Amino acid sequence: MEKHYSDSQVKGVSTGTTILAAIFDGGVVIGSDSRASIGGEYVSSKTINKVIQVHDKIFCCIAGSLADAQAVTKAAKSHLSFHSVQMESPPLVIAAASVLKELCYKNKEELQAGFITAGWDRKKGPQVYVVSLGGMLISQPVTIGGSGSTFIYGYVDAKYKPKMTKEECLQFATNALALAMGRDNVSGGVVHLVVIMKKGVEHVVVPGDKLPRFHDE
Amino acid sequence: MLGEAEPQWLSEEVKTGTTIIAIEFNGGVVLGSDSRVSAGSSVVNRVMNKLSPLHDKIYCALSGSAADAQTIAEMVNYQLDVHSMEIGEDPLVRSAATLVRNISYKYKEELSANLIVAGWDRRGGGQVFATLKGLLTRQPFAVGGSGSSYVYGFVDAEYRKGMSKEECQQFVVNTLSLAMNRDGSSGGVAYLVTIDEHCTEEKVILGNDLPTFFDQ
Repeated sequence: MEKHYSDSQVKGVSTGTTILAAIFDGGVVIGSDSRASIGGEYVSSKTINKVIQVHDKIFCCIAGSLADAQAVTKAAKSHLSFHSVQMESPPLVIAAASVLKELCYKNKEELQAGFITAGWDRKKGPQVYVVSLGGMLISQPVTIGGSGSTFIYGYVDAKYKPKMTKEECLQFATNALALAMGRDNVSGGVVHLVVIMKKGVEHVVVPGDKLPRFHDE
Repeated sequence: MLGEAEPQWLSEEVKTGTTIIAIEFNGGVVLGSDSRVSAGSSVVNRVMNKLSPLHDKIYCALSGSAADAQTIAEMVNYQLDVHSMEIGEDPLVRSAATLVRNISYKYKEELSANLIVAGWDRRGGGQVFATLKGLLTRQPFAVGGSGSSYVYGFVDAEYRKGMSKEECQQFVVNTLSLAMNRDGSSGGVAYLVTIDEHCTEEKVILGNDLPTFFDQ
C-alpha cells in the first residue's frame, strides 16, 4: 500500500525533523533543520536549534518526542559533567553516548527518543554514535535520523565518502539536509551545522536563501 | 499436538512493495524496476518483472497491490489495442496514460496500485506520465513504490536536464540499487526497458552486477 512510504510517522512519534552526523578526515559534522511543527499543520518555530551541546566537544541531536529528549539530555549533561570531574579529563564521546543509552534502555517503556551523538576526543578522534529508540548503541561513520531522513537514505549512501575534507563534508551535509527539507513537510527553515575538530568547535548556519537549489527549483 | 499456525503469506495480501522509476531522454525513455513481490514478510516471487508492455513502444511500471496493478495493465493493454485499430496507427503515450488514469480514478476507493506510464510516440518523443491516485501529469522523471521514499533526495540531486540515453540508464540503475539496499520490500534483480524510435530493449541486471556504495 502506498500509504506507508508517504507516512511521516516512521519511528513512532517523530519531532518532524531531519538530523545528520558524518565523520570527515580530522573531525565530525553534526547538523539539523530548524522547524518545529504541531501535527504537520502549523510551524510553531522556524528557527529552533536541535543540535545540543552536552560537553565542550560533544554534541547531540534528538529524534523523537521533544519532551523526552530534553529531559534525557539534561540528565545526561549533569552525569557527564560529574563524570568529567571524577576522571579529571574531558569525557570520551562513547561515554556521552553510553550515558544516553543507559537512560534510554532503562526507561525504554516510557521514553520515545533516539539520539545521534557526535564529538571529538583524544582517544579515538572524531566519532558518531547512534542511540536508537530501545537503547541500542552503535558507532557509524555517517548516520541520519528524523522523519525527513527516509528521503535521503539513497543520497547519503551514494554520496558519502570516508575521509572527505571539511569543506566537502559541509557541502555534503548541507545538500543532504536541503534535499530532505525539500521533500519532508515537517522539516524546514535553516540548516544548523556544528563542526567539531581537535582544535575546536565551529557553528555554521545556512539560511534558507543560501541553501543549494536542485533541478526543479 | 497444538494446531499449527497458518503461514503468514497465505493470509496476507500480495503487494509488489517495490521501487519503480521512469525517465525521459531526448528521443526516448528508460524504465526500471526491482523484482521482489512480498506477502507480509515473505517474498513470494523474487524475479517478477514489473515493467509491463501496454503497446510496442509504451510500457508501464507496476507498484502497490500486485493483483490490482496487473489487472489495470491488462485492461489498458486491451483498450489500447482496440483504440490503435480504430485510429489506424500507433497510440500516443498520453492516450495510454489517460486510459490508466481513467481506471485509477474511477475505482480510486477499491484499487491500491500506482502505475507509471512511459513510452515513445512520433508526436511527442519520449514521455513519462505519473498516474498516482487518478491524477495525470507529465514529468521528466517519476519514481514510485515503497522504495521510492528513500531515493527522493538522490534523484532530486542527481537529475539533470539533457542526459543521454546511457546516462539515463546509469541513473536508473544507481537509483534502483540504492532503494533496494534500504527498502525491505524491494530487492532481487533490476529490470530495465529502454524505448526509443528504433527499438525497445529489455535488460536484466543481476544482483551482484548492481553498483555498490561505500558501506558494501
